[in-house]
Amino acid sequence: MLEMIHGSREAMQKYRPPVTEKEIVSMKNAAWPSPFRPGLEYNSPAHGTWNIVHTGMLIPGSHQIYVCAANCNRGVVLTAAEMGAADRFSTIAVKEDDITNGQMEELVIDGVSEILEKLKRKPTVVILFTVCIHHFMGCDIAYIYRTLRERYPQQHFIEAYMDPIMQKGGITPDQKLRKAMYDCLEKREQRPEQINIIGNDLPLQPDCEMLSVLREHGCTVKDLTACDTFEEYLSMAESSVNIVTYPPAKMAGEALSERLGMRFLYLPQTFSYEEIDRQMEQLLAVLEEVNQGSSACRKVTGQADDGRTPEEQGKADEQETIVPATAWDPTALRKKCDEELERTCRLLHGMPVALDAAAVPRVLGLARLLLTHGFRVIRIYADSFSPEEEADYHWLREHAPELTVCATIHANMRVFPRGGEPVLAIGQKAAYFHQTEHFVNMVEGGGLYGYAGILGLCERIREAFLTRKDTKDLVIRKGLGCVSCI
Amino acid sequence: MKQVSVIISTYTADVSGICSALYELGGMVVIHDPSGCNSTYNTHDEPRWYEQDSLVFISGLSEIDAIMGNDEKFIGDIVRAAKDLSPRFIALVRSPIPMMIGTDFDAIREIIERETGIPTFYFPTNGMHSYVQGVGMALAAVAEHMVETASPSRGTMNLLGVTPLDFSINGTLASMHAFFEKNGYDIISTFAMGSKPEEIARAGEADINVVVSSAGLAAAKVLRERFGTPYVVGMPVKPFTDRLLACMEKTEKDRKNRIAYREEQEEGGQTAPEQTGQIPVGQREQTGQILAGQKEQNRQISVGQKEQTGSITDESAKKDGSGICLIGEAVVSQSLAYAIKLRYGSSVRVLCPLETEEKLLAPALCRSVDSEEEIRKLVRGAAGMIADPMYQPVCPEQTPFFPLPHEAFSGRIYRKQIPDLSDIGFLDAWMKQWFGEEAGDGTEL
Repeated sequence: MLEMIHGSREAMQKYRPPVTEKEIVSMKNAAWPSPFRPGLEYNSPAHGTWNIVHTGMLIPGSHQIYVCAANCNRGVVLTAAEMGAADRFSTIAVKEDDITNGQMEELVIDGVSEILEKLKRKPTVVILFTVCIHHFMGCDIAYIYRTLRERYPQQHFIEAYMDPIMQKGGITPDQKLRKAMYDCLEKREQRPEQINIIGNDLPLQPDCEMLSVLREHGCTVKDLTACDTFEEYLSMAESSVNIVTYPPAKMAGEALSERLGMRFLYLPQTFSYEEIDRQMEQLLAVLEEVNQGSSACRKVTGQADDGRTPEEQGKADEQETIVPATAWDPTALRKKCDEELERTCRLLHGMPVALDAAAVPRVLGLARLLLTHGFRVIRIYADSFSPEEEADYHWLREHAPELTVCATIHANMRVFPRGGEPVLAIGQKAAYFHQTEHFVNMVEGGGLYGYAGILGLCERIREAFLTRKDTKDLVIRKGLGCVSCI
Repeated sequence: MKQVSVIISTYTADVSGICSALYELGGMVVIHDPSGCNSTYNTHDEPRWYEQDSLVFISGLSEIDAIMGNDEKFIGDIVRAAKDLSPRFIALVRSPIPMMIGTDFDAIREIIERETGIPTFYFPTNGMHSYVQGVGMALAAVAEHMVETASPSRGTMNLLGVTPLDFSINGTLASMHAFFEKNGYDIISTFAMGSKPEEIARAGEADINVVVSSAGLAAAKVLRERFGTPYVVGMPVKPFTDRLLACMEKTEKDRKNRIAYREEQEEGGQTAPEQTGQIPVGQREQTGQILAGQKEQNRQISVGQKEQTGSITDESAKKDGSGICLIGEAVVSQSLAYAIKLRYGSSVRVLCPLETEEKLLAPALCRSVDSEEEIRKLVRGAAGMIADPMYQPVCPEQTPFFPLPHEAFSGRIYRKQIPDLSDIGFLDAWMKQWFGEEAGDGTEL
């Protein structure tokens, strides 16, 4: 690394292929981690990825308030309306005078107060979004929240940001929101058998090995995507372990674990058999630790401190104690995945496959899995590569040097030839750029996880091959998995 | 508070208005913005995005570039893209942060134009005004810079102020064209939807201009100044169409500008002469004329100016449908209101929540409103309400509501339900249901 940063031109070229100005490049020439020179940005019509409005709505009974210029309000208010949640959404429009009159804090406080007074059903949580303007004018955000919390002690206020101007050099608004969404959780007594899945938008497939193992071990899994009530959401504070499977939520999981003294496991969706096994072993080890910890704790105290009788406690122990971990043996699952991948590949009969990075966070890993099982992967749509995928990047450069990497936001993509050879696409953007009706309609990993996720993906690929979809109708809808009333 | 919307939507803003107006003209529009403007525009404000390619981009402004004043990246990115894509022109569109930090767009525009040799315009938007201002600025610039010198010829016209934001893509524009052609007019161009840049360039040949939305007024003024072309304001909505045609005929003869839906008051003597449909030919006004490089917006807006007459809570008026509230853009809504009066005999009160030049608001027909709170108060006791479905939450429970989707308000959500606005007959069933036998003295239902 030192050689790359401080070394000669030869060293630079050795480790870092030149960034291209064009929108498409072969894998062997793709620079790490950004293959394309930044420039003007195009936005394709594929909009299935969730945005901050969709994600914020996961908190039961929450109400979102955005304080921004009309142009910024427009996008979020209609996101809420399209998902049938306009009644959980309000705006405060910022005008020119508000920027110069020194009254921005009052505008926000009075505006939020008026909204809360007028709402017939008072929200459990107010997610208040300030924007780039507030950042640049040095608005006293702390004062705003302090005042609102004093004025409305019954409501929780979540400090959220829609400040995309910050996202190129630091934490994105999406990451900030995922972290802030758990700020309402306050320290409670932990239940060793209760485990959180933190920060995902889509629920994990119920038949994945991780959830199966947790069930077998007597664990209760709490996931915001499945919380129907605000109290259920608050009860996530009683969990002993936080698991993050969706990379943008890693910071949220770490922060919550540190704040409430919970264990943290980062087990992102992956398409590597070895990594799946490592993750399962990590999980089993933590379950074992938790199990031992909870037994030790009971031995020391002798009784629960929640006022339960010894009989009740005994019965509860029976229910709550984690079943001891058993060794992880993936042999049968690996075999099944290999068989299904081969079966699916045979069905495609050489049909080219294109993938996009909005479909799965580990798009290079997915390409590697498919290539190693005989699929004809011809293109990956990605504007940059995830830092977690460096090993797969090097593998693809060596084993699939002619595989093409194509940008999605490069200005030239507006006029990039669409259509051509029939392609099976995994992801909406790949489907759009190839104008194919055969595609796996999936974003953010689609809830697929572990070996079961690979099997699930095979099923979705076969379904995509055998049936046609109305690509235009599907990909333009926002927030795949949410209600869409367009 | 005026700026609070507890439940209703937000109108398309000026930034998207620029993009929408220039969409089909072969230029490259660059919004100097971190993120979001392009997505908002192409998702909610632009029904042509999937099928029809147009070069609309954002700059991807970052915090560090904004703080350090790194305009070089902005300029370099545009120059490189322009060399790849060869647009007819380049339009620079401002968003809130460049406004706050005082980005020198005049200088940037000059540099880009010099380096690319491509005509470059700058629009001083800030995302805090409505699409009416954005579309208005863009169409005024088109009229100023893309229309070639010409002599007018009889029986020809332009349609000004047409974008999907007001007219969607549901056939209303085709119906308007058919109507004017049937009545002997040759339409040279439509600003700016459905016309090629070559047709726009011939706009100076028109004998008359018809301004079908308030966003077209600024372009009409420019064409008046450059070519002496008079204009008539009003949208052809049957049966208001007869009055519009009559106005056009008068204007063709006396070369005076008119607002067709205000002429009723003029003829009825209810309005002072200076408030009638005639707008004297005279010195070019500054309103809405935003030229390339101009620093600040000059607008005459009517927000805050209210006139108090014409109660909509009159119980007797409810019986025949008079006292119906119609919410929307000024020109389209007042044309619809006039058509309702003619067809059903019902008086309609238009509430215009968009910044609009005062002369476009007929005092007896329309009033400007500027907040959800005010609308909520004004519609209390109305006989009925015609508005975008996203206004329904402020409609009193017992008040009949007719959903009239407006792309600039609810975006694509109700697009399939937007009627062809060129014939008020789309209200027949609703009027009959709610005001049936009491319906006024207009066309029989």
